[in-house]
Amino acid sequence: MKVGVCIKRVPGTDSRINIGDAAQGPDLADVSWEVNPYDSFAIEAALQLQEAGTATDVVVFTVCGAEGDAKIRDALAMGKKGTSGASKAVRLDDAAFAGSDSLGIARILAAAMKKEGVDIILAGKQSIDGDSAQVPAMMAEVLGWPSVCEVTDLEIEGGAVKAWRQAGGGKREVVSLSTPCVITADKGLNTPRYPTLPGIMMAKRKPIEVVDAAGLGLDASTVGAAASSVSVTKWSPPAARPPGRILEGEAADVVSELITLLRDEAKVL
Amino acid sequence: MGTGILVVCEHENGTPKKTAYELLSKARGLAQELGGTVNAVVIGSSNAADLGEYGAETVYTADGGDFTSGSSGAWVAALQGAVAASNPAVVLGAASAKTREVFPRLAARLGAGMASDCTDLSVDGGALIARRPMYAGKAFADLKITSDVALCTVRPNSFPGAAPCGGSAVVTDLGVTLSEADLAAKVIAVEEPKSETIDLTEAGRIVSGGRPVDSSDNFDQIIRPLGAALGATVGASRAAVDAGYAPHNEQVGQTGKVVNPSLYIACAISGAIQHLAGMRTSRVIVAINKNPEAPIFQHATYGIVGDIFEICPLLTEEAKRQGIGA
Repeated sequence: MKVGVCIKRVPGTDSRINIGDAAQGPDLADVSWEVNPYDSFAIEAALQLQEAGTATDVVVFTVCGAEGDAKIRDALAMGKKGTSGASKAVRLDDAAFAGSDSLGIARILAAAMKKEGVDIILAGKQSIDGDSAQVPAMMAEVLGWPSVCEVTDLEIEGGAVKAWRQAGGGKREVVSLSTPCVITADKGLNTPRYPTLPGIMMAKRKPIEVVDAAGLGLDASTVGAAASSVSVTKWSPPAARPPGRILEGEAADVVSELITLLRDEAKVL
Repeated sequence: MGTGILVVCEHENGTPKKTAYELLSKARGLAQELGGTVNAVVIGSSNAADLGEYGAETVYTADGGDFTSGSSGAWVAALQGAVAASNPAVVLGAASAKTREVFPRLAARLGAGMASDCTDLSVDGGALIARRPMYAGKAFADLKITSDVALCTVRPNSFPGAAPCGGSAVVTDLGVTLSEADLAAKVIAVEEPKSETIDLTEAGRIVSGGRPVDSSDNFDQIIRPLGAALGATVGASRAAVDAGYAPHNEQVGQTGKVVNPSLYIACAISGAIQHLAGMRTSRVIVAINKNPEAPIFQHATYGIVGDIFEICPLLTEEAKRQGIGA
């Protein structure tokens, strides 16, 4: 079974995002990049399938320019002694891809997955920059494959897949499906491993294939800015909160003052 | 180009969720500016007619068998049917576990643009503008969607104060027939939670604990009783979850749940940027922290500089005495 894993590089969770210009969006020149944390769960799940003998090959996919190569190497470096981890990465890069909306990105990835002949696609439930959580399920729809999103437990035997997902209110849905399919990972699915030194050395020699629209056999008019139906008209920073108040005094007094304020002033109790 | 608004109404055992009423009330206002009517679609067995009181003119339903089980492919097929039947300009749903799986597939099937997890919807020059947080709320983007139909999911509690308008709805069964492909991913069981809890993302009140709570026992003895006394759902910081003091599904923050309650009480949470990202839109924030320099105080509506092991039990007692959570 060949596993395709979608990854994206994103600003780290400790990054400050500054909006310099309402038309331009955030200035990301100084942020430190990391592999999207939810994608790390997807990579880990793929490597566990490899180590269990279920997955014969793991390939990492990303839509990005060459600036993404460092983070691709991070993903390729996961894996441990005796197992190789992901064998290669496919970086989907074409000027025609610029300005794609989620559906455009889904079409690019779907074409790449089809070309590579993967049997199952694992992805993070969302990337923590755009936070849209749209691309994986859209990709499944473009491929005509079933999908399960936000999975916290996964069993794969042969082509049979059983996935558990939070359904709200503490309930968990158990979903049955078969490959080919798309699964998105939530926190709790596993604990991603740290790359080892041999893994990092190995990753340097692994190929990163760069593929463009023509290489995918993709009609470039179905992706990119011209095909996008979603555009940002304005960026803004979060609304500033009015200054708060520190309550001072004996603990018992402060506590009853707080309850009174929450009930009578803020009216939230 | 469609007209009017189709609201996807979720329900719990047949009773429409609060989010359904919030969205219908908001849709009524939007429809006055955008034109067209407000209609609703409900999947699974529910009191569909009630939605008329909140402004739905027609309620489309798909019920029984695989619609009731909640398989996402069945939802997509039913919503596709409802879009075909009502030809809306906008489809609205609450941002929920179900819509996060269903809406993107529906968007791809319809070739439609989508805005996820919006916190505001407005009309500018006759076009819908969807405001949504990105980078976990560190930035907001106003989106314009130019496809024939626009799909938006809305973060719960974004439009409080839903009000009935005294209408009544025509209930129409969609008569959707499901194909094998629609049921390729099938919900075969739903595991019930050990205790009745409100989803963090929908909770109106949240009490969260940080790493200094120091053990899962202390979570049970300090944080959870306070939550119960205030009628609040319990959350936790990433550090507390990673230390094993609270389960993953209680994590609030950029890599956990993004919440939007009217009251958020942060107990021994310093206010790391990735935690703030998950709760900064809370209407009222209370911070309880030993360290007066903790960044959380800059975001708090009310702050108490003190030890949670002293303050929280007192707060629990006082809330109980006043019957707050009852």
